[in-house]
Amino acid sequence: MTDPRDRVFLARGLTKIYPMGEIEVRALRGVDLDLFAGEFVVLLGPSGSGKSTLLNILGGLDSPSSGAMQYGGRDLGVYDDAELTRYRREHVGFVFQFYNLIPSLTARENVALVTEIARNPLAPEEALTLVGLADRLDHFPAQLSGGEQQRVAIARAVAKRPEVLLCDEPTGALDVQTGIRVLAVIDRVNRELGTTTVVITHNAAIAAMADRVIHLSNGLIARIDHNTQRQAPDDIVW
Amino acid sequence: MKPLDRKLWRELWQMKGQAVAIMLVIVCGVAIHVMFGATLDALGQTRARYYQEYRFADVFAALKRAPESLRERIAALPGVAEVETRVVAAVHLDVAGFAEPITGRLVSIPDNRESRLNRLYLRQGRPPAADRDDEAIVSEAFAEAHRLEPGAKLRVVINGRRQTLTIVGMALSPEYIHQLRPGSMFPDYQRYGVLWMGRRALGVAYGMEGAFNDVVVGLTDARAAPDVIDELDRLLTPYGGLGAHDREDQPSHRFLSEEFRNITLSATLFPVLFLGVAVFLLNVVMNRLIGMQREQIGTLKAFGYGNGAIALHYLKLVLIVVLIGVAVGVFAGAGLGRRLAELYTMFFRFPFLDYRLSPSLVLGALLLNLGGAVAGTAFALRAAFALRPAEAMRPEPPARYRATVVERLGLQRLLSQPNRMILRHIERRPLKSLFAVLGIALACGVTMAGRFQEATITHMVEVHYKLSQREDLAVTFTEPTSWRAIGSLDGLPGVERVEVYRAVPVRLRFQHHSRRTTLKGVPPGGDLQRLLDADLRLLDLPSEGVLLTDYLGELLGVQAGDRLTVEVLEGSRPVREVPVVGLVKEYLGVAAYMDLAGLNRLLREGPAISGAYLAVDDRERSELYRRLGDIPRIAGTAIREQEIRNFHRTMEQTMLFFTFIATVFAVVIAFGIIYNSARIALTERGRELASLRVLGFTRAEISYILLGELGLLTLVAIPLGFIVGRGICTLFVDGARSELYRIPLIIHPSTYAFAATVVLASALLSGWLVRRKLDRLDLIAVLKTRD
Ligand SMILES: Nc1ncnc2c1ncn2[C@@H]1O[C@H](COP(=O)(O)OP(=O)(O)O)[C@@H](O)[C@H]1O
Ligand SMILES: [Mg+2]
Repeated sequence: MTDPRDRVFLARGLTKIYPMGEIEVRALRGVDLDLFAGEFVVLLGPSGSGKSTLLNILGGLDSPSSGAMQYGGRDLGVYDDAELTRYRREHVGFVFQFYNLIPSLTARENVALVTEIARNPLAPEEALTLVGLADRLDHFPAQLSGGEQQRVAIARAVAKRPEVLLCDEPTGALDVQTGIRVLAVIDRVNRELGTTTVVITHNAAIAAMADRVIHLSNGLIARIDHNTQRQAPDDIVW
Repeated sequence: MKPLDRKLWRELWQMKGQAVAIMLVIVCGVAIHVMFGATLDALGQTRARYYQEYRFADVFAALKRAPESLRERIAALPGVAEVETRVVAAVHLDVAGFAEPITGRLVSIPDNRESRLNRLYLRQGRPPAADRDDEAIVSEAFAEAHRLEPGAKLRVVINGRRQTLTIVGMALSPEYIHQLRPGSMFPDYQRYGVLWMGRRALGVAYGMEGAFNDVVVGLTDARAAPDVIDELDRLLTPYGGLGAHDREDQPSHRFLSEEFRNITLSATLFPVLFLGVAVFLLNVVMNRLIGMQREQIGTLKAFGYGNGAIALHYLKLVLIVVLIGVAVGVFAGAGLGRRLAELYTMFFRFPFLDYRLSPSLVLGALLLNLGGAVAGTAFALRAAFALRPAEAMRPEPPARYRATVVERLGLQRLLSQPNRMILRHIERRPLKSLFAVLGIALACGVTMAGRFQEATITHMVEVHYKLSQREDLAVTFTEPTSWRAIGSLDGLPGVERVEVYRAVPVRLRFQHHSRRTTLKGVPPGGDLQRLLDADLRLLDLPSEGVLLTDYLGELLGVQAGDRLTVEVLEGSRPVREVPVVGLVKEYLGVAAYMDLAGLNRLLREGPAISGAYLAVDDRERSELYRRLGDIPRIAGTAIREQEIRNFHRTMEQTMLFFTFIATVFAVVIAFGIIYNSARIALTERGRELASLRVLGFTRAEISYILLGELGLLTLVAIPLGFIVGRGICTLFVDGARSELYRIPLIIHPSTYAFAATVVLASALLSGWLVRRKLDRLDLIAVLKTRD
């Protein structure tokens, strides 16, 4: 599992500074991190600790202010906008807290949006079946519940069979029961497709599902826990 | 269909109201562009082909009498390709059943061959037989006005002899596309007609056997005109030449060219204004759409869509709107253009109309609109693309509001909460509010431009015919005549007053400027023909020196006190230096004026007169008309009442069309801007308004907050629109200035009122449509989703 040849991401001395007028917000202050193929990682930490910033840099949505960020041995830091776009298109799937579905497209069409530009995608129907929405294909986002919308978002993220799946508080806007269903879907994707998965949460209970739990605090990695046994989402006590 | 394209169609459908409003603005702009452009093309091409196929001459000269042998010498001049000598005469016509005097122009045509120049287009009938001296062809317009058919009889006084002519045909001529009695401003086909007769017959009638009094010349190259004119003047001077001139001074050609210039002005001015509004609207709407979709854009980018693909997506939306707008606009413009071109053919008598939509016109409209729309969208997209996807997906930072100027001035006590919301919202986006105000002001201005001419024209008529030319009847003599003629006019029944004048063709020179015009000698203290100064007060005619029409003074660059060179173009053709003593306010035509005695001194001639103005007793008009018809020396009679009527009729026919179009288009602009602003406000603030409803505000109250803003903008825009309207009218008035007429900038209060009403009505309509949407606001749906 920790064989360097299976290493997907390598981050060294990552910092991210947001200039905010007079003051600077130091969202990351020097993060060293390796992520390996197929593992399920949970990013844990209080609000404002830099989790989203780190995830966004991993996913090529943002660039670090300094430090090295490698994916598959290549430095993302030197990518220009077009290269980052290609990187996201080919390798990364995202799930956000607020689903970010296109309101004017149905569930199926939202997924097709991504499968269209992918090289070896699942069929949209297949992806939606994977997340348990085979019967909601032609519903518009407004006609779906929050949990259903989030599952569409997951289907959309995984339909292109990405190497990595990055989820930023996927259950943040959901109630417990729905949250568990969503996590189960993510867990299933990780197991069945072998996708390297990073899930942000500030719910410590979710950590039990992960191979590794990375604790972030104030822009730094405070601690990394290894779980010898991954717990199934249904068994988690919230 | 690709998912992004579906998104496109669904969103287009959702914003169909706005899309249609923008399309309409584009339709109007394109329609105007195509309408004027196609009309201009059609008239220009038709004229060019007509001139070419019917051999319109390049140089024209009238003279007293020259032997036919001179023809050879004219033909031998370098640059001359064709020469046609003619006999031309002014006559008095009588049509059975028509009591008023009719002025005719007799023009000779060759007897046994086609004319080399100015060929006739025979609409009906045949040419006069060579051996008959009582057959004539009449101009089609005249025949139509009197419902004359071939075989009809006309009574004419030819060279003092009463004669009856039989009409054998109706024709058009490139020389008389626009038929205007010399001295008139507007066509009157009933009281002016052109007749063509055989050369031999006319020659005999006017003692011009083996001689001619008019010559037209075709050139090998139009650039030779100035030299040929000089040579021709030299040849014709001994024969009483009246000064040769090129097409620019040929009345029909001249009038057409002026009109073409006016159409060109409209063809440029209005489409540009409309395009400006359309681009502004597209920009605002796309900015808003893209602003609201920045999270979607961020998401698309997160999934690996590139900027190109996303830009294309939004551009497609714009392209659909623009393409439909342009297509409908071209279609509408082509239809309107045909209508307009046909309207023009009432004044311009062409044998055919080459109406066809030129591809370059359509392409021009397309490219102009596409370019504008794409630039507007690119501008809106730039902001979205500048964001990293991570940032784009963060909701737009909450809008920053602050206390408005009014509030900072300490007047907040006067403002209720809703009023504060209105003011703060306007202040938050001052630029957008400003553009909306400018757009609405533009609509107001366009309405004024379509309307103002009516009052202006009434004013022109008042000044010209009530203050300046006050005669009841104007008669012109066939040639300068002795003073004794007054006596014979004085004694006619019903004549209360006679005032004579002498008119001489001249060329005026000052420094490097020169103009061909008429120098009019008038007796001082006249009551029927009066000269006015800039403030419309009576001007005293000095005994020495000339007065010039203000516009002529401008063209020549002279002011009172300058010395002008006057080249007389008839008689012994003296050249004199004369001081300019002042300028005369005139809206119609241009001329130079002198004291009659002073003019005779200048000409070194005995007293002679060219015509007279009469004041007559209405009760004796018909008898007077009959008697005037018997005086052979009288070439033409103009009735002032009739001139005024012609003036109004001509204006009405064209003006109604323009007022209608301008009003429709202004409504579209006003509606497009106000409706779009309201819809955008609704999407931007739907959430806020829904929250207010949840808090217990009524529908009327939230409508007030939303629509109050637009009401305020509209109210601010209207006075601004008055200024914009004045500006457009000024552009128009300045652009239309010509030697034929100058339209004064006079805007009647009713024009302002009309424009304000049009804008308010459009605002109310848009408000009502948005209010209906507001009443259907779904509170739950709005609050369920994140902003
Ligand atoms: N685009 C941005 N501009 C300014 N500050 C930002 C931006 N994004 C994040 N931050 C700041 O960086 C810090 C870390 O943010 P984030 O990574 O979103 O934290 P988390 O996801 O752990 O709650 C926070 O203080 C946040 O306010
Ligand atoms: Mg976060």
